[in-house]
Amino acid sequence: MKQIRKITKMRLFLPIFSMVLVMAINMIYDVANGNVFYNFFTISIRNGLLYGRLIDILNRGSEAAILAIGMTLVVSSSAGVDISVGSVMSLAGGMCCMLLAGFGNANVSQYAMPLWVGLLAGLAVACLCGAFNGFLVSYLNIQPMVATLILFSAGRAIGLLMCNSTIVYIREPSFQFLGGYLGPIPTPIIVAILCITVMSLILKYTALGMYVQSVGINAKAARIAGYQSRRIIFTTFVICGLLAGIAGLVATSRIYSADTNNIGLNFELDAILAVALGGNSLGGGKFRLSGSIIGAYTIQAITTTLYALGVSSAQAPVFKAVIVILIVTIQSPAVKAVMAKRAAAKEVAARKGAVGV
Amino acid sequence: MEDKVVLTMRGITMTFPGVKALDHVDFTLRKGEIHALMGENGAGKSTLIKCLTGVHDFEFGEIRVDGIEEPIRNHSTMDAQRRGISTVYQEVNLCPNLSVAENLFIGREPLTKAHTIDRKAIVKRAQKLAEEFELNLDVQQTMGSYSLALQQMIAIARAVDMDCKILILDEPTSSLDDNEVSKLFTLMRRLRDQGVGIIFVTHFLEQVYEVCDRITVLRNGQLVGEYPVTALPRVKLIAAMMGKDIDDLAKIKPEACENRCGDMLIDAKGLGHTGKIKPFDLNIRQGEVVGLTGLLGSGRSELARVIYGADRPQTGTLKVKDKPAHVARPIDAMKLGMGMLPDDRKAEGIIDDLSIRENIILAMQAQQGMLKLIPYKEQCEIADKYIALLDIKTASRETPLKQLSGGNQQKVIIARWLATNPDFLILDEPTRGIDIGTKTEIQKLIIKLAEEGKSILFISSEIEEMLRTCNRLAVLRDGEKVGELSGDMTQESVMHAIAGGEKG
Repeated sequence: MKQIRKITKMRLFLPIFSMVLVMAINMIYDVANGNVFYNFFTISIRNGLLYGRLIDILNRGSEAAILAIGMTLVVSSSAGVDISVGSVMSLAGGMCCMLLAGFGNANVSQYAMPLWVGLLAGLAVACLCGAFNGFLVSYLNIQPMVATLILFSAGRAIGLLMCNSTIVYIREPSFQFLGGYLGPIPTPIIVAILCITVMSLILKYTALGMYVQSVGINAKAARIAGYQSRRIIFTTFVICGLLAGIAGLVATSRIYSADTNNIGLNFELDAILAVALGGNSLGGGKFRLSGSIIGAYTIQAITTTLYALGVSSAQAPVFKAVIVILIVTIQSPAVKAVMAKRAAAKEVAARKGAVGV
Repeated sequence: MEDKVVLTMRGITMTFPGVKALDHVDFTLRKGEIHALMGENGAGKSTLIKCLTGVHDFEFGEIRVDGIEEPIRNHSTMDAQRRGISTVYQEVNLCPNLSVAENLFIGREPLTKAHTIDRKAIVKRAQKLAEEFELNLDVQQTMGSYSLALQQMIAIARAVDMDCKILILDEPTSSLDDNEVSKLFTLMRRLRDQGVGIIFVTHFLEQVYEVCDRITVLRNGQLVGEYPVTALPRVKLIAAMMGKDIDDLAKIKPEACENRCGDMLIDAKGLGHTGKIKPFDLNIRQGEVVGLTGLLGSGRSELARVIYGADRPQTGTLKVKDKPAHVARPIDAMKLGMGMLPDDRKAEGIIDDLSIRENIILAMQAQQGMLKLIPYKEQCEIADKYIALLDIKTASRETPLKQLSGGNQQKVIIARWLATNPDFLILDEPTRGIDIGTKTEIQKLIIKLAEEGKSILFISSEIEEMLRTCNRLAVLRDGEKVGELSGDMTQESVMHAIAGGEKG
């Protein structure tokens, strides 16, 4: 009993537990369908490419995982969320495609300028968006949700304007690389791993983590101890914007077109959910990057599983919503207080019992 | 005499987890008097008020109000208002986005026959009320367009119009200037003459002697006594508020400064921050311990905060080691070798979710910058060093700080600053809420640091403690530095200095 409680108290318990739960559902489903129970985990090579449900989850979950990195920092430092990341993804994609196709062209098979210019411009505009959000939040003291609402609604529209209100297709094979394959491995997986590795190294070898957490836990105390909370919150939003840009380019490359209305649609919700599912408090403060990333892939696993179970893509959000409600409830102070009370009452009862004997 | 009493509170007792906030406190308010409720922070003034107004549910005791047979017990401020008890707080809690008239009648709007709000009647009655109170304003303007003083008067007008017999003014003058205060006092006197009993809570001594008839003093949740203003001169009031705690701390005495202290370290000229601390001069030599004394709210912390850049100074110049220094924020001060332990440990000191190790290296890391992370091994060595040096009681250096007791948390914050090896350390109430053993340790530490040549600005509410550790005392009153004491200082002379000009 005690050991079980110890395990449930671990910070990464919730994300890992959810992940295992989703896998278990998959196994039961597979067995029920007459497949071997490890069907979920089988990875095969077809036409020289990796293939399997696990690969699919890792591949499709890349964008959410990349977004979750930035979102974790924003949540930790500002105790708020950046709801503009989905729009910023689309804007970055739109910017990139507009430059590569040349403004006004909707369908090209040749670059108007070098690929790297387009990619860099996409990232630059994403950073700019992050800086704009960060400025509103840290220097004008606007609530993060409200501040990022501006780009949430305007970002996509700007992207659409850039693309002359059409979907811009770029049918140059090298453009599909980011969303395609590197050897047998899907490139998005590699991009995600790269982003995760770089951020982990930054957190390990600089004091960024400590800066962000201190400001998130107690900004006043951090200020007295010499931390410039505004600058730090600003930085987290810029990082979040940059990562949204990377995710946006991957998503654009997947469909080799700037479909500004659909790229990154509802991704902000997945990113926020990933942070919460990762056992990180949406109230800011201490964070675990690993939790958020497991969370992001868990969400993708849920989505993929729902599709595998035959739930239509229109209905899937309902199930996701139910999961969000469950997680938020479990994390809420009210429920935690009740659990703590029950645990205390049990302990008292146990002690009384011991005395009675 | 007794028939004029409008409020009696008897044996009010109230406990918060671990603290007896009120211990059998009596309070009597008569008709047509202004009665000051005095006491230092944590004495129980606000708790007593909150028991009266129904914010807190007291455990024992009874409250009787003139005109009601039964003892009363309010369960909400609405209850209290219905029984004629109204409160006006320091922070005006009316709605700035509504008009003055709407604010005056919020929650009790006159209705038309069709049971909709009668806006015309509201405006008409509000105008009448404003005239009655000689308030020069347009009742249809929004509340927020008027000054805080006027808003407060509007709040009082509202309270009085609600047929109140007992008016509680909780620190109403903290954010008013002299002119506004005198206007408020005129209003208070008029209400008194109309027979309203007024309870006046304030930190400002001058104001008590200017406007009050009677004083009740609380200390540590207990009643010290009730006195007519004329019978309680300032020094006695301060003695009553502070108490003469006779503690058996070892007699520690700093060496005289003359031979030991070095060059000028801090030289502040005319530093000030409007509304917080009036411009002041202060200089501190190397190895000197300077104390700031005065009542709470006299500007002690504010003075220190301006030097450190926690509040950006608006006037004056600061020289550190004879070089002009520009301190706009704490990190600037830290780069000049300063450190500050703030008085509100919970709000400004601890990062409660982080470990002891992280809390100790926090300021050091800020000095190094984000890119130069202090290696983990070094962090552990530093943390272990100070855990041993200051005898911090903890299970491990990775324990979250929130799990430690108050005294040990305080030691961690001290360790945080010692780790930066500062030349100048500001300690604002480092011993508040700490057991006596730790207190002595901290005092000894201050003297030891001074001997090592560090300068210290020490703030404490306990005069004894200041006398033991400080070479020199700066005295503050009502947001202004009013003098300095050095040489042979006694508790008596310090209290006299704090009280200032004897008028009562």
